[in-house]
Amino acid sequence: MKAGMMTLFTKRAIQDILGNRFLNMVTVITIALSILIVSSFTLFFINAMDVMDVWKKGIRIMAYLKPEPDRKNIADIRHTIQSIDGVQEAVFISKAEALNLLKAQMHRQASLFENLKENPLPDAFEVRIIAASQRSEEVELLAARIESLPEIEEVEYGQSWVGKFTNIINLFRLAGYAIGVLFFMAAVFIVANTIRIVLYSRREEIEIMRLVGAADGFIQTPFYIEGLILGALGGIIGIGALFLIFLLISANVQQSPAAGMFQLRFLSIKSTGGILAGSMFAGWLGCFLSLKQFLRS
Amino acid sequence: MDAVDKNPIIRLFHVHKRYGPKNALIDTTLDIFKNEFLCISGPSGAGKTTILKLLYLGEPVSEGQVLVDGMNLSRIPPKRFHLLRRKFGIIFQDYKLIATKTVFENVALVLEAMGKKRGLIRKKVRSVLRTVGMEERHNSLPPSLSGGEQQRIAIARAVVGDPLIILADEPTGNLDDVSAEVIFNLLKGFHARGGTIIVATHDKDLIRKAGGRTVYLRQGRVENITNA
Repeated sequence: MKAGMMTLFTKRAIQDILGNRFLNMVTVITIALSILIVSSFTLFFINAMDVMDVWKKGIRIMAYLKPEPDRKNIADIRHTIQSIDGVQEAVFISKAEALNLLKAQMHRQASLFENLKENPLPDAFEVRIIAASQRSEEVELLAARIESLPEIEEVEYGQSWVGKFTNIINLFRLAGYAIGVLFFMAAVFIVANTIRIVLYSRREEIEIMRLVGAADGFIQTPFYIEGLILGALGGIIGIGALFLIFLLISANVQQSPAAGMFQLRFLSIKSTGGILAGSMFAGWLGCFLSLKQFLRS
Repeated sequence: MDAVDKNPIIRLFHVHKRYGPKNALIDTTLDIFKNEFLCISGPSGAGKTTILKLLYLGEPVSEGQVLVDGMNLSRIPPKRFHLLRRKFGIIFQDYKLIATKTVFENVALVLEAMGKKRGLIRKKVRSVLRTVGMEERHNSLPPSLSGGEQQRIAIARAVVGDPLIILADEPTGNLDDVSAEVIFNLLKGFHARGGTIIVATHDKDLIRKAGGRTVYLRQGRVENITNA
């Protein structure tokens, strides 16, 4: 298509938008709200996954050994545990070390330990897991295999709730996809409706254009450009509003005690571009549906 | 008739047009020649406008064949209707000007639809508006013009794309004698430059001045064809 024609079509699309200001404003706001909601979900997931990554780095299994007065096979047990797939490292913590650690952690309640006649804690291995095996089902399997060793009495993986939390996040992710699809459809239908109203208000003009020899492309292209502009404006406003909300939230998070644990981040350029492209596509699709119906009639 | 090229530019073969149970055109066969100034006359409802509509595919034929400049209209898919319509310059009884566009924009629309360059559009539209005596009103909106002025714009729009054929539906029907004379002279000018003109009209004066063949229709049938 010639550049001159594109200029003409774009000019006509802008004239149309300005000529139906209220209608187009409502459309842009609806698209912007849809984009705001969908991109809020995306932003939440990105940051939730970051937090999960931080937490996952702490996932470890404690394997408590059976009581044995004269333990000599520590190196063998360590070797057995380390040879299990998914285990990164097994560090032995003797019952004496464990008690010292406990005392250090509970130094304010030191009196509790004064009357101990013997160390009640078992010898243990702290088992660290390789990153690829940190999914909750795999941690569970790994724990079961370690527990099945004859020297092991009990295993504990205190942060197994991370796995459960991951499942909840995944559930939210699915809900996010569903909501994304719903809002995408809402954006498509609102654009389709706007374009349909404009088409009907200009049906006489369109009929005249056809009679004087205008091809369908000549009639349709300004409407497609209009849909793309509405989608782009809605997308930019939606993402802009999300950015403002993000700035407010991140300013509050920075002042909270959890500030050091993780850094909130905004959508990447790629994600922002993807959302904007999706928004423009919704505008285009809305136009396509209306024009198809209108020109068929 | 002397200047008329004897090659038919339009051929209608046993054409029927029905609107529901009503027969608007019955078994019409007609050849229209290049550079002819043909008038189609007859009482209201005789089928004059229907013939014009069939030619530019404003309506499909119910039966029969229509050929325009070698194109069989029944074989043109809707996506290519515009190629047929660019062969015509159409002057509608109700002018069909776009009320929200200026005189210049209304006329320029035809050339824009053809993908012509802006410079050429500007030049050609100005020249055509000058020919119809409406150059001064290029920025006016159609509702602010008189019937005669609107008809002149409609003619400017019809000729600006250099069509092969002008179709005019009652071009002088709503006009006073002076305006009708201006419109006739404009049509005659197009004809003198080699164009073919088909006019559906009641106007006996216009038929007389046109000086070509006249097809008389009655109740959808060709009653007779006379030569001036």
